[in-house]
Amino acid sequence: MSFSNIDTMTEVSVEQREINDVSSTILQIKDLNVYVEDHHILKNINLEIPKNRVTVLLGPSGCGKTTLLKCMNKLTDLYRELEVSGSILIDGDDILNTSKNVPSIRQKMGLLSQRPYPLPVSIYKNVAYGIKLKGIRDKKLIQYSVQKNLEEVGLWDEVKDRLNSPATSLSIGQQQRLCLARGLAVKPRIILADEPTSALDPISSKTIEELFRRLKKHYTIILVTHVLRQAIRLADNVVFMSDGAIIEQGSPDELFNNPQTDKLKEYLVEGN
Amino acid sequence: MYLRRRIIDRLSGTWMVISLVTILLLPLIIGVGLYIKAAPVFEQHTLTELITSSNWAPTKGKFGFWPFIAGSLYVTVLAFIFSAPVCLLAAIHLTQYASKKLVRIIHPVIDILAGLPSVIYGVWGILIIVPFISGYLAPLFGQNTTGYSILAGGIVLAIMCIPYMLNMLMEVFKTVPMGTREASLSLGATYWESIKHVVIRHSRPGIVSAFGLSLAKAFGETIAVMMVVGNRVLSSLNPFDPGYPLPALIANNYGEMLSIPMYDAALMFAALLLLVIILVINLFFRYLIHKTQKA
Repeated sequence: MSFSNIDTMTEVSVEQREINDVSSTILQIKDLNVYVEDHHILKNINLEIPKNRVTVLLGPSGCGKTTLLKCMNKLTDLYRELEVSGSILIDGDDILNTSKNVPSIRQKMGLLSQRPYPLPVSIYKNVAYGIKLKGIRDKKLIQYSVQKNLEEVGLWDEVKDRLNSPATSLSIGQQQRLCLARGLAVKPRIILADEPTSALDPISSKTIEELFRRLKKHYTIILVTHVLRQAIRLADNVVFMSDGAIIEQGSPDELFNNPQTDKLKEYLVEGN
Repeated sequence: MYLRRRIIDRLSGTWMVISLVTILLLPLIIGVGLYIKAAPVFEQHTLTELITSSNWAPTKGKFGFWPFIAGSLYVTVLAFIFSAPVCLLAAIHLTQYASKKLVRIIHPVIDILAGLPSVIYGVWGILIIVPFISGYLAPLFGQNTTGYSILAGGIVLAIMCIPYMLNMLMEVFKTVPMGTREASLSLGATYWESIKHVVIRHSRPGIVSAFGLSLAKAFGETIAVMMVVGNRVLSSLNPFDPGYPLPALIANNYGEMLSIPMYDAALMFAALLLLVIILVINLFFRYLIHKTQKA
């Protein structure tokens, strides 16, 4: 595989995504329920995530936003106490009830956590990790992809002279961008971002938000946040959750200017 | 009021420093004490002679400690080889795969095993391991043995080390953040790939530390090993042969046969040697921890 091939693969897929149907659904959740013993933590979730848009999952802490996000890339499998039912469809495949290999499903969803979790290896190896898991062994190709993804998140110039330093030597903001570059390197379809700026200073937060604005041209972003202002700044589509259920969903304009439920009205008042 | 608070503050600080200094001085005091008691043996033998010679004839004034050093090292290394992979895999399973229910059941079992007196392990070794070696294992390899052997010592010591090492390794693996595992899985890694590349890598300094502490503890273990190892002065590489580790030498002979000239000092030298070897093992593992932290 040559560099031009890997570029072409990316570009073609991006273009196709843009040309095909920008507003079509990429992910569909049907009748999703999650229980922990007697607690019903996600209640009959039905949701459609539009392609190449930022969908913001908004709601108070503990309302089930993170659990919903973890269902989307089957990380709920790690928690044996969780009982998950329903279906989550991506590319027509029900990922909750499929026999297809789970790692390849997860590669479709890049995850950005609340705080950065760099792997205990160098900066370079962090980005190369997912590429190698895809079976790519050509060193030059890996090198090219590492540089390209670090450039994409605006980190290349800051780290190009210390790629072999431990990833933990970076500042928290840089680590979060590294984690984003690492996720992008496996060419996901969707970026799952779980309050990705909650541990960052305002400048680093702004950088991440700007990145999301840029990345949504090529990726679908699902952003969990309870920061109302961030939702207003970034959202194309808002899903308001409370107590494990979806209360309202729609465009930011609809939800923020004309809330229909008391819960959302109360949340907007408190949030402001 | 303020004066009283200041006095209490000063006193508590002083007590802490005294406690710390006592702990720090303890190995030094033990070492110096042993050296003073062992000093007479240095008047007649050089250190190299004492450590490298295999000639052990106390009644003739010959004190070659090599068979005891070799016996200790052999039993300890065997115990490490038997216990380390088992503990590593069990700790990975218990912290990464097992249900909370299983962990809840296993924990008290490990604690009970860790709390058993070593004499119980020794008795169990005599009743089970020794006959198993003499009756089944040795004949398989064409060996004729009573079963009281270095291998028996290694197996019993390994079983003694397991709860200790397993507990430490489990604590080490628990420190790996769930977020790091989730990040690895999200990138398309399988469970095993995540464990290999992330969990083990993240835990390397802790794993080295757990291995080092277990090895040092195993090296000094006395009663159980003494009961099954045969206690014969031999420096053989055959694990079916008996051996005589340093702690067993001291425990078996101190207080007896002290009428033999220099024997007392020689046994004190054995104790000093034990202390120094354990210190060297600890320093070596400290170095390894430092290296793995830097890597």
